[in-house]
Amino acid sequence: MSMLKRIAAGALGTAALVTTPLAMSQDNVELTMYYPIAVGGPLTEVIDGLVADFENENPNVSVEAIYAGNYDDTRVRALSAIQAGDSPDLSVMFSIDLYELLGRDVIVPVDDLVDTEAEQDWLDSFYPGLMENGQTGGDTYGIPFQRSTIVMYWNKDAFAEAGLDPEQPPQNWTEMAEMGQQIRSASDGERWGAMIPSTGYPYWMFQALAFQNGHRLMSDDGTAVQFDDPAAVEALEYWVDLTDQYAAMPDGTIEWGTLRQNFLEGETAMMWHSTGNLTAVKESADFDFGVAMLPASEQRGSPTGGGNFYIFKDTTDAEREAALDLMQFMTAPERAANWSIETGYMGVSPDAYETEALESYVADFPPAAVARDQLEHATAELSTYEGGQIRQALNNAIQAALTGEQTPADALADAQRQADRVLRRY
Amino acid sequence: MMRAHSERRRMQIYGALLLLPAALLLGAFAYLPIVLTTVRSLFLPETASQPAEFVALENYAYLFDDPVFWKVARNNLIYALVTIPASIAIALAMALLVDSRMPGRGFVRMAYFTPTILPMIAAANIWMFFYAPEIGLFNGLLGWFGIDGPNWLGDPTFALPSVIVMTIWKEAGFFMIFYLAALQTIPPELREASALEGTGRWEHFRRVTFPLLMPTTLFVMINALINAVRVVDHLFILTKGGPNNATNLLLYYVYETAFSFFDRPYAAAITMMILVFLGLLAAVQFTVVDRRTHYQ
Repeated sequence: MSMLKRIAAGALGTAALVTTPLAMSQDNVELTMYYPIAVGGPLTEVIDGLVADFENENPNVSVEAIYAGNYDDTRVRALSAIQAGDSPDLSVMFSIDLYELLGRDVIVPVDDLVDTEAEQDWLDSFYPGLMENGQTGGDTYGIPFQRSTIVMYWNKDAFAEAGLDPEQPPQNWTEMAEMGQQIRSASDGERWGAMIPSTGYPYWMFQALAFQNGHRLMSDDGTAVQFDDPAAVEALEYWVDLTDQYAAMPDGTIEWGTLRQNFLEGETAMMWHSTGNLTAVKESADFDFGVAMLPASEQRGSPTGGGNFYIFKDTTDAEREAALDLMQFMTAPERAANWSIETGYMGVSPDAYETEALESYVADFPPAAVARDQLEHATAELSTYEGGQIRQALNNAIQAALTGEQTPADALADAQRQADRVLRRY
Repeated sequence: MMRAHSERRRMQIYGALLLLPAALLLGAFAYLPIVLTTVRSLFLPETASQPAEFVALENYAYLFDDPVFWKVARNNLIYALVTIPASIAIALAMALLVDSRMPGRGFVRMAYFTPTILPMIAAANIWMFFYAPEIGLFNGLLGWFGIDGPNWLGDPTFALPSVIVMTIWKEAGFFMIFYLAALQTIPPELREASALEGTGRWEHFRRVTFPLLMPTTLFVMINALINAVRVVDHLFILTKGGPNNATNLLLYYVYETAFSFFDRPYAAAITMMILVFLGLLAAVQFTVVDRRTHYQ
């Protein structure tokens, strides 16, 4: 944060104190917070519990936490509410909504609100890889909350039945394809080798493949994308080949929403999905399963994903302070640890993994640490200006290739053309 | 002379006042939005750093050049051309069936009407699991016969037909109610008269019952047409318009453009196209179809 901003913020704060004495400390503050859920499990109850705990500790703050659908629904609701003059005070939204929110000028940088040393320590406590999508131009806007990477769940029983070592998940692309092929043929076509979801968030899965192939899809400042790079084309070709060449994956698109059920019913031996599904899978699987980092091509890799906290512009100083308190509360190590245990999402800071609760949980259930360990191979999720349209263009290209309507090269070239048009003003 | 004049004036004001509430409502919720939408469609979207820029017809020019728009328009045309006649025919057949004397009539009527009571979102959620490729009901049934069922919603060949089938299932029960009501207003003497003349059942239906149902058919047709453009809820659950826009329909595309991409001006341009098209259809309906509907 610039010195000037800090002084300005301080001056404003003082002015408010002078004109309305006591207002900051005594008055009751009412916060409205939106949050999304994109994976399975009864997560609304967990959030309600966290909010209730916060209200007990902070009797002068009341929080209305509103479940707002998936990530896209939440963005739409928040932005519509803002336009209608009824802005929420803070919200959990897609970590990659940053440029969209900046483009609309509706959020404030969190580092401007941080003034004590303890608050600064808190801001510095998160994994840097998770901060990447929340920062731009030297400011921090998004605070990591329900964060994930893509992990590979594999069915150990299915591996054993196909004559594979159940403890040995594929390490690279070739192994994954060949193991998938073997599982498919060993089961007489009863079971698929692998499923990578291609509805919901196909660009996310594709980004993992492209990054494993050594390619980053977008520029650092969110103004340009490189979808038609040869490395990206090769990544999409591999994805198509899993079906066409290896017959390890079913034809057509694979549904994000029903994939977990497919895996639980043993219809596929491997699935790529958000780590946010981990606890739900753990609780329902009636077979032995493992969780691994995604296989490598040139390198390992997965984009980070999930939701960050944002604070909106249309808030008073008192509301911003209370929102900051709430975010600190929700991301404190013990609660981050608990959240991770309840859901499978990552503990957002190293401190969370050092709590007793999460440490013993990980010791007992090692898959819980895979998403964190994979962070070291992670990249920021696809985030650009006009992100919705850019992602949609890429999603369409991926689906066109997977359904055989276009070759991977043609599809990605089309997506690149559309993206260039959409980004022409930046 | 003076008196008559002021009397007429009074009546005019009286008449105007009677019209006022409807005029206000229509103005506020129909005409004003149309004007605002038209104006908005002539700009580029505003961002924090750039105000909305006037670009005249650029959005419309892009629209004619936008392959997605044409794909979506074609999808919607197919959707309408299949769902409208199919749901009307099935509705009529079901109404005739439950209008006749049959055991368990009340139960069958209720069963036919059930899909209408379900919210579209709930129905779509159920159907999503019917259609799911490995674990779904349909492929499970096909599996009994040794058929390896397709990926209903994930394969562009099957995706739109799958959405259409669900829509017909949902709509037909609703339209059946109108037909059932209409059938019960037809006097039974007509059937008796036909019987006296020795007219067969099919002949009676073709020459008497069906023509008498024409006003209902017109009403149902207009409703089905509106629904074909209006119903998008199921897309949110079933396909999100995918794969690769294979099931995207006009209103969903408008929603996506306006609320996912925040390109309100372009969404406004698409909306205007829909409006013009529906306006033309309404004109045809009023001038041509309506005149040939009523049985004289």
